[in-house]
Amino acid sequence: MPPHPPRDRQAPPPNTIISRRLLADSIGKFDIYAPLIAKKRKPGNFVMVRATERSERIPLTIVDADEDAGTITLIIQAVGKSTKYLLTLYAGDAIVDIVGPLGNPTPLVAGKSVVCVGGGVGTAELLPIARGLRENGNMVRTIIGGRTRELVILEEEMAGCSDEVYVTTDDGSYGRRGTVVDQLNDILASGTKVDAVYAIGPLPMMKAVANATRDTGLKTTVSMNALMVDGTGMCGGCRVNVGGAMKFACVDGPEFDGHEVDFDELIMRNRTYSDLEKFADCQS
Amino acid sequence: MNEQPKHSPDSTPPNQDGAAAQRRAAGVNPLKPSERMKIPRQHAVEQTARDRVRNFTEVSLGMTEELALREAERCLECRNPVCMEGCPVSVNILDFIRLILKKDYVGAVNKIRETNYLPSICGRVCPQESQCEAVCTMGKKHQPVSIGKLERFVADFEREAGLFIPPELPERRPETVAVVGSGPAGLTCAAELARKGYGVTVFDALHAAGGVLRYGIPEFRLPRDILDMETERIRALGVTIQTNFVVGRTATIDELFDEWGFRAVFLGTGAGTPNFLGIPGESLSGVYSANEFLTRVNLMKAYRFPAHDTPIRIGKQVAVIGGGNTAMDAVRTARRLGAEKAYLVYRRSRTEIPAREEEIEHASEEGIEFVLLTNPVEILGDGRGWVKGLKCQRMTLGAPDASGRRRPIPVEGSDMTLEVQTVIEAIGQKPNPIIQSTTPGLSTSDRGTVVVDEFQTTSREGVFAGGDLARGGATVILAMRDGKLAAESIHRYLNRNGAAPADRGNGQAAMTEPETAVNA
Repeated sequence: MPPHPPRDRQAPPPNTIISRRLLADSIGKFDIYAPLIAKKRKPGNFVMVRATERSERIPLTIVDADEDAGTITLIIQAVGKSTKYLLTLYAGDAIVDIVGPLGNPTPLVAGKSVVCVGGGVGTAELLPIARGLRENGNMVRTIIGGRTRELVILEEEMAGCSDEVYVTTDDGSYGRRGTVVDQLNDILASGTKVDAVYAIGPLPMMKAVANATRDTGLKTTVSMNALMVDGTGMCGGCRVNVGGAMKFACVDGPEFDGHEVDFDELIMRNRTYSDLEKFADCQS
Repeated sequence: MNEQPKHSPDSTPPNQDGAAAQRRAAGVNPLKPSERMKIPRQHAVEQTARDRVRNFTEVSLGMTEELALREAERCLECRNPVCMEGCPVSVNILDFIRLILKKDYVGAVNKIRETNYLPSICGRVCPQESQCEAVCTMGKKHQPVSIGKLERFVADFEREAGLFIPPELPERRPETVAVVGSGPAGLTCAAELARKGYGVTVFDALHAAGGVLRYGIPEFRLPRDILDMETERIRALGVTIQTNFVVGRTATIDELFDEWGFRAVFLGTGAGTPNFLGIPGESLSGVYSANEFLTRVNLMKAYRFPAHDTPIRIGKQVAVIGGGNTAMDAVRTARRLGAEKAYLVYRRSRTEIPAREEEIEHASEEGIEFVLLTNPVEILGDGRGWVKGLKCQRMTLGAPDASGRRRPIPVEGSDMTLEVQTVIEAIGQKPNPIIQSTTPGLSTSDRGTVVVDEFQTTSREGVFAGGDLARGGATVILAMRDGKLAAESIHRYLNRNGAAPADRGNGQAAMTEPETAVNA
């Protein structure tokens, strides 16, 4: 073998799941042994995962990492064939391919007042950013939401890195009845000083957040979950129209200025395979 | 060019009289030059166009032994074998053809391997008609010797007979080299370095090795078992291939030197970032870069959906924009995925199409419609986010431009629309920017390519580069030539440093001249 950095003989094989915990029926939190990625990752980075030899390559945000243990944390919601399969894995199982860290780290402001907005499993992607913002000495207000109580995740972790945490559910089963955007509008209307907004969630949610801040010009950073094949700039499948220019979410992003992104185009194009994905899913 | 019917191999039986057989056994062609010239060029057996548009198996089935022997007899054995000068890696074509005449096919493939470690790949994808076969003496009055098909024959013979023996390796040297990218440049560089005794690790960002040979070139031109076999043979030289590793992200070049202990790095990451035309409608569903389209099919096996999970969507009518080999690969792939009409939209005329002649012919046979002198101006949507047409403008050719090709000029009022549901843009690629942006001091051009000198040396000490990363978009064989040349340069570089480490910085250790000047 070539002169790799010294490897612990007791270490598990790469991509082994070290621990697995369900946050909700359809949402799992996985710590995975991937020491090279754990060492290099920064808030905002993602990995490409191929669950089995026949699976798609899918992008997943790195939620957390433990460099000493050599693990990265992924939070996975079972929505398609690959993610449903991943939820069936347990500690000791291994994932076929994981590559990263990919994408640009999120540019984090320092010493400001910020609002973090997370919708559904996007809250998981927001967590490392909220932590980074806290470490940078920002005043962090966090709004997390979901359709229903069961889909509100990571409230405790968010509380650990936020000055204030607000929870919303569409059906009112937990926290405020309404959307994260309703809560954001209230904060903005209350006259509280806000210097920047970071929003991650479904595209329609991020679009609504960007629209809410558009008039005031408040800096709003959103994270694009576009279709990707390789995740390294090769396919162009993740192209996003940002301020009239074509950007690739994988190498130019994944974060962009929410006021510049053409959400409607992306929402339409993300539907390209929805029927085929359902078909693949029910074949399994 | 092709007065021979392709599917009925010409088979005048080889000369069988005793004296001739004896001479042949000794590797001497018994035929006089005039007799050799009378033998028509032999053609490989091919799948019929009707069959092959329904499958992804290889179009050309190669030559039989009989055909190969007959073809080898056509070689004039020139005193000055100009074919070898036509080869970017100077394969000893004369000697390997003589070994075929001797029926020493394994000897022949090993003769090729002395200068080219990937013969079964080059025998399939090299543009021989513009290289070795373009200068073949036989081609001046007749058709050139089918050198590419002979190369493929000996490589296939060895594989089918299971006669491959890994070359003997010299004593292992202490130095290790990192090769970034497992495409043709990287694999060749790795093989050459391993054969000099260096420890080599090849890093690739994808989950499988081969680079463009894996994600770009379709299975019907290069079957995956051939590619797997060639990469296994690189591993058999002691080379480690580390997939799922993005140099620049998983580890930077500086970390490969400082933390991983590599003594030199070769960059062969290709030109993998697709260009888009920048016309309206590129965000519609049904628009692909050729890279995405081919990667879904070749790497992710979307043509086996749903047995493999990655989907691909193909309309009944498909337009591929471009005229290079990638465009040909994309349009022929679209046809195989079930497109009833597959158009190749190219803004110049048939004469200027840069793709290989063989690929253009194969595409025509497969029913591809060439829409020439036509330039797309807009992709039309159906109002629900899907492609429904490609609006184009007719072109005419004006005076030659800087590239020497006649410049296409729009014809006013000539707009027309192709009814298509899928548009694939194959208008060129540029290098991926990840390494350049994470490696301080690495000089790049304004086209995004890494700047190298004639020894493949970059602006960073110990870092060499080649292939499309340095060229911006060329051929497999030129990438291999760069990888090979870089291996020589790395060898000199490490010996200079290794032999006289104390001399570093004293200005003594100027790089020596290479033994032969090689032109790109």
